[in-house]
Amino acid sequence: MSRNAPNSKEHIVKALEADIRYDGRKKEEFRKIEIETDIAVTGEGSARVKVGDCEVIAGVKLSLGTPYPDSPDEGVLMVGCELIPMAHPSLESGPPSIDAIEIGRVIDRGIREGHCIDAKQLCVEPGEKVWIVSVDVVPLNHDGNLIDVGGLAAMAAIKATRFPVIEDGKVNYKELTDKKLEINETPIPVTVCKIGNQLFVDPTKVEEDAIEARITVTCLDDKRICSLQKGGSESFSIEQLGDAFDIASKTSNELRKNL
Amino acid sequence: MAYTKRHDGRSFTECRPIEAKAGVIKNADGSAYFKIGKTWAYATVYGPRELYPRFQQDPTKGILRVTYNMMPFSGQGERVRPGPNRRAKEISMVSEKALSAVVDLDKFPNAVVDVFIDLPQTDAGSRAAGISAASIALADAGIIMRDMVAAVAVGRVDGSNLVDLDYTEEAHHEGEGAVDIPVAIIPSTDEIVLLQMDGVINKEDLKSALELARIAGKDIAKIQRDALKEKYGKEGEAQDNE
Repeated sequence: MSRNAPNSKEHIVKALEADIRYDGRKKEEFRKIEIETDIAVTGEGSARVKVGDCEVIAGVKLSLGTPYPDSPDEGVLMVGCELIPMAHPSLESGPPSIDAIEIGRVIDRGIREGHCIDAKQLCVEPGEKVWIVSVDVVPLNHDGNLIDVGGLAAMAAIKATRFPVIEDGKVNYKELTDKKLEINETPIPVTVCKIGNQLFVDPTKVEEDAIEARITVTCLDDKRICSLQKGGSESFSIEQLGDAFDIASKTSNELRKNL
Repeated sequence: MAYTKRHDGRSFTECRPIEAKAGVIKNADGSAYFKIGKTWAYATVYGPRELYPRFQQDPTKGILRVTYNMMPFSGQGERVRPGPNRRAKEISMVSEKALSAVVDLDKFPNAVVDVFIDLPQTDAGSRAAGISAASIALADAGIIMRDMVAAVAVGRVDGSNLVDLDYTEEAHHEGEGAVDIPVAIIPSTDEIVLLQMDGVINKEDLKSALELARIAGKDIAKIQRDALKEKYGKEGEAQDNE
């Protein structure tokens, strides 16, 4: 369906001006959200998030490693995204594309700069051994807005994460403790898209392919903003950015209720 | 002590619980998942579509291309580094040969049918689950096939032949240790289209292990057909799921 939908920019702008999008949504309305946690037992935390037809899995793996010399009592966080070709006909096998790298890095920045995970709780032996938290975001069916859907999936998986058992200095992955990964904040990325003078959220793939610019605003529980990423080849006016921040903070509050 | 009782209480000829579903990824031309115990494989089919790079095109027939991929959090131990490693490349290749035996791409010169096998979670038997999922997905995509391919791992754990080893059984080191034999079969003709083995076994035990695979293959083929029937109904007409 999505591949054959009328996808000219003109049509999309007209729909946005009338504030009725192809699927009947208003400009600032998200698609229906479904979240399921603990879906992959091989991960120490995992979640599947569906936003309309967009479906993403995120998994958390914990491993033991050495800390960075400049932060000997802190663990390490990495967030990555794999755009595997199962998710859309336009995706190809091979080294991570720039799109995959950007999605991973923007989600990573929100979680890192929002101080979501207290890095000190990840210290096992100062200077010697710390937990490395790897969050991997994998879209199964790409229907637009992967940063926001992936960000939700990453947070849902992190919240469901439990530490495995350490035996003789090694990880026993067969046993999880009851100890959860502690969360200080729940950073939620919201991407506001622009076509012409219209601002809207949660684009489908068809809408996303037509946008001129986008701004991803990651908001914290108290509405402070912890990371930004502007994308697309056209510009935003200062006024538009002000509106985008308002839309993002309102939307992130709504999204957070799903976690 | 020989392995006389399976650690999860299954009989030696019993597979773990299987669940299969066709048409699970909307963007794909055909798709399915196949879960066996804690092993969970998605297969998606895109195509026939034009093959790039061009020099790989075959002007006489279409080609089948299989890509096997474990998701980073799908392994039993540490995180699996994303991207193809030697193991994934070999599994992709043998899976491609297994499925090529049943698909007919003569009418699609210069084209490729891409099959992507992606695993969110594994507990041994992942190449077999991937192939079983891929057959359903190929049929769901309307690719002409002379039969399904049903795949299962059989083996021998410390003196006992059994089907569908899980990771604990595959890693059994006591006594005679473990032999792992992934097998893919065309169920209507009993032709073997994939066969690999790790471990030491004598000829007679190997033959009886293959017989276990032949029988298990029939059950798996039924589950594959049922998954397709569930989507398309008895008359072969698509059910309106959404």
